[in-house]
Amino acid sequence: MTDLPQRPTAHAAGVPASDVPASQVPASDVLVSARGLEVHFPVRAGGALRRATGVLRAVDGVDLDIRRGETLGLVGESGCGKSTLGNALLRLVEPTGGTVTFDGTDVTGLDRRALRALRRRAGMVFQDPFASLDPRRTVRQTVSEPLEVHGLRSGRRERAERVAELLELVGLDPAVADRYPHEFSGGQRQRVGIARALAGEPDFLVCDEAIASLDVSVQAQVLNLLRRLQRQLGLTLLFISHDLSAVRYVSDRIAVMYLGRVVEVGPASAVGSDPQMPYTQALLSAVPVPHPSLERTRQRIVLRGDVPSPAAVPSGCRFRTRCPYAFEPCPDVDPALQPVGAPGQLAACHLHGVVGRPVERAEEAVPAAE
Amino acid sequence: MTGAPLPEPAASPTATEEGVPSTARPPQPRWRQTLVLLARNPTAAVAGTVLLLIVLTAVFDEAIAPTGPNEIAVEDRLQPPSLAHPFGTDDLGRDILSRVILGAAVSLRVGFLAVTFALVVGALIGLLAGYYGRWVDDVLMRFMDILFAFPAVLLAIAVLAVRGPGAGNTALAIGIVYVPVFARVTRASVLGVREDVYVRASRSVGASDWRLLTRHVLPNAAPPIIVQTSISLAFAVLAEAALSFLGLGTQPPNPSWGLMLAEGRGFIDLAWWLAFFPGMAIFLTVLCFNLLGDGLRDVLDPRQRTLMAGSGR
Repeated sequence: MTDLPQRPTAHAAGVPASDVPASQVPASDVLVSARGLEVHFPVRAGGALRRATGVLRAVDGVDLDIRRGETLGLVGESGCGKSTLGNALLRLVEPTGGTVTFDGTDVTGLDRRALRALRRRAGMVFQDPFASLDPRRTVRQTVSEPLEVHGLRSGRRERAERVAELLELVGLDPAVADRYPHEFSGGQRQRVGIARALAGEPDFLVCDEAIASLDVSVQAQVLNLLRRLQRQLGLTLLFISHDLSAVRYVSDRIAVMYLGRVVEVGPASAVGSDPQMPYTQALLSAVPVPHPSLERTRQRIVLRGDVPSPAAVPSGCRFRTRCPYAFEPCPDVDPALQPVGAPGQLAACHLHGVVGRPVERAEEAVPAAE
Repeated sequence: MTGAPLPEPAASPTATEEGVPSTARPPQPRWRQTLVLLARNPTAAVAGTVLLLIVLTAVFDEAIAPTGPNEIAVEDRLQPPSLAHPFGTDDLGRDILSRVILGAAVSLRVGFLAVTFALVVGALIGLLAGYYGRWVDDVLMRFMDILFAFPAVLLAIAVLAVRGPGAGNTALAIGIVYVPVFARVTRASVLGVREDVYVRASRSVGASDWRLLTRHVLPNAAPPIIVQTSISLAFAVLAEAALSFLGLGTQPPNPSWGLMLAEGRGFIDLAWWLAFFPGMAIFLTVLCFNLLGDGLRDVLDPRQRTLMAGSGR
């Protein structure tokens, strides 16, 4: 283990736990908001009965606010629940607990018709552009599907015009509308995917690893396209990626996920330069610096062990099994997000004062009673 | 520590990075691609052509057949093949060539009806079971397992025993026997397609289940079902022959290949042509459907498609 970079001072333990997290921003500025969001999958045994033998906590109590018009970057290791969270916000995966609010309405209880209206206002760009386009449908059919579904442009002419407009918007020649996906390169396919997501004129776009399967040279182009569209159309963007440099490039704010929970969130500059949560510090220390002498002095925090299975989440702070600073309250109190560091920065770490819900442990007495 | 802004690469909105030539070429519909590929496969092409001839014969049977099916000429009975009667005559002096031609219509009609029934019902069941999963899958597929557990001929005989013989009922009986086959093939294919990202992508823009099923899942799950249809047609023609042979299908004096085979059986040592020509007709039809099915299996394989797409047509 290497030396510790600016270690935050530990406050005294014993701050009373609070169930309701502090609101991160004024409600009117928030477009999408998650409170205590959970997506648990049953782990089933093989065999005819398919008994549930455990629970996989893909998303496990996420509190997150996404402001109107901002780009929120969501980072974390593979398997930490980033994608599941993005899917759950759009109800492409059914949440098993908590709430998601979209522009003031709780979407967790929406019926079929209301859900369809939500689908128009919130779109998704998928990771693999080779898988996300139906190979048997032309670009025109794919891009105009949202128009047909929502009855947006009636008539062939109007739809054709809109498709041409959308293709131009994402930087494609409208003349290619009648081609099939296999005739395009990865970057071009991703542009088609973005055009489809924009067809319903959404307010909110989830980009789920949207550049991860593209060539590096094309990644920058798609990244710039997303930035341009975000500014041009006033979109709110959730940019999910494991690529920290890309996230820092596009995001206004960054949220860090670990094992199904958002553990730190704040302005991109603050989270990027002065992370308050040991996990974020380790994550950032792994990013290469594009400057030879700085790169040589870069100190890496190498975490011990592997990410625990989301089917067996550690008690209390879920990062404690790998945290270099773990101390007494960590196994006993599940840390809540609390304001630390820069304005608007929140981190879930007992080093800034023990805030959170005590864990009930069978054998031992709970130290901090409510 | 925010990264320096990358330069926006091209100011023009129509920048294509790897540059597909922008000359628009009219797209080739899938079914035409399939036909072109099929024509390149010699076995399948020959089988398809022969089948087409057989089907045309069945359609224009009365125009082609030299005599009616039941024109009895006692003085000409059991004649060996000759110029007047190329396939010979049977024990009642009926022209066997005419009966084989007219029997084609009966055999193929029953075959097509049976497979259509099995395809529609089976594919629907498989689609629902595969797409919705859970209890829908359990209930539907256990029911299919029960049907599947009966020996095919026994099940068909049971249906015919209840509903009585005749062409329509024969088709129904054979159709019911093949429903579980189509249900299973469809379900397996749908299970694979259901998880594809483009299905989720379509749902993310608000497409209904019905739209997902008809526009995305079914077209992409279709190739194995098409192959199964071709092969099942062979089995259905064979099953019709078997049931008619047993006296449960087509009733005399109507001609059907299976029935003619049964009637000719008694004369096999005296007049081989009674059983030989209808038998050849069955053999040829079944063989062609099977070869066509094999050819379709190759052509509809997505990897073959990609190869073709890569070769620049």
